[in-house]
Amino acid sequence: MLADPVRRELYRFVAAQGRDVGRNEAAEAIGVQRTLAAFHLDKLVEAGLLEADFRRLNDRTGPGSGRPAKVYRRGGPERMVSLPPRDYRTLALVLAEVVDQLDGDEQAEKAARRTGERLAAASHETGLTDVLVERGYEPYEEEGRIRLRNCPFHVLAETHPVLVCSMNLAMCEGMLRGLGEDRIAAALDPRPGECCVAFIAKDVSE
Amino acid sequence: MHLAQLNVAHLIAPIDAPELADFVAALEPIYAVSDSAPGFVWRMMESDDPTEVITHQYGDDLLVNVSVWESREALWNFVYRSAHLEILRRRREWFVRTAVPYTLMWWVPEGHTPTLGEAMERLALIRAQGPGPEAFTFKEFYEPGASAASPPIAGVPH
Repeated sequence: MLADPVRRELYRFVAAQGRDVGRNEAAEAIGVQRTLAAFHLDKLVEAGLLEADFRRLNDRTGPGSGRPAKVYRRGGPERMVSLPPRDYRTLALVLAEVVDQLDGDEQAEKAARRTGERLAAASHETGLTDVLVERGYEPYEEEGRIRLRNCPFHVLAETHPVLVCSMNLAMCEGMLRGLGEDRIAAALDPRPGECCVAFIAKDVSE
Repeated sequence: MHLAQLNVAHLIAPIDAPELADFVAALEPIYAVSDSAPGFVWRMMESDDPTEVITHQYGDDLLVNVSVWESREALWNFVYRSAHLEILRRRREWFVRTAVPYTLMWWVPEGHTPTLGEAMERLALIRAQGPGPEAFTFKEFYEPGASAASPPIAGVPH
């Protein structure tokens, strides 16, 4: 499905915007003809990777405002591809259950911090946002903070939110340590539909 | 129907003890978040002072919160997708760990203001019988009038 480079670029572009994207905008961003972009965007909708909607892209309403444009956004369900079949998700759910029963949050957070540190230290990337991209967080900047559009642990964060978000924060703190980045701090700053962690520049006067 | 919620917590020390200073300091900003959250309907208050906790007959170390929300999503977004999450993350610094359920929900008619007695009866019910239509949790959630828990999210067992 994503073997075609134009299609892959279109998917990446729409997913990264975090909002509805029109055909023209997507075509211009990728540098292809509008009709070609429309063809691939609709293929992505058929496959369930994107969702389509109709919306007016300007503020005009009533007669003469034109018909609504087709817009695209990333589809909700997650896809995992593993050949041969592997099921780490079910195992993760079982382990999360065990951590809860053993009251092992603190140990889980420590392990997550160590893992984050190792991942960042082992990465070829040296900048925080590059490492976050590599880990699937989809970072973006807002009001001087780095926020994360995607939660890589979404399903577990729905079933065990406190445990998983605490572990995720610890993992992000570990990544900062692994990168030797001491001018930035990670903190919980959750909002609906996004990852719970944000990165904030430390107050240098501290 | 609106969704009523009770949560209880046993404090590790008296509310004015230094161990709880961070928690008490967080009360005002967190209540400001809940009271302006989308879908917030009502919460039980002792007075207009947000640091004054609700007094009751169930023991001095027991902290209680009772509130009403328009939907499961509204309550979920406040509990887990707002600044309130940080309080939950740090709960072991302030509250005694408990093996029995300490939070539950139930449906109330719109306009109904639940009493603490009513809420504590539901807590006794969920502790005795587990989640059901009269007292349930996010994990085993009952839609209004449903006799069985909602199907879990895709591929995730209860």
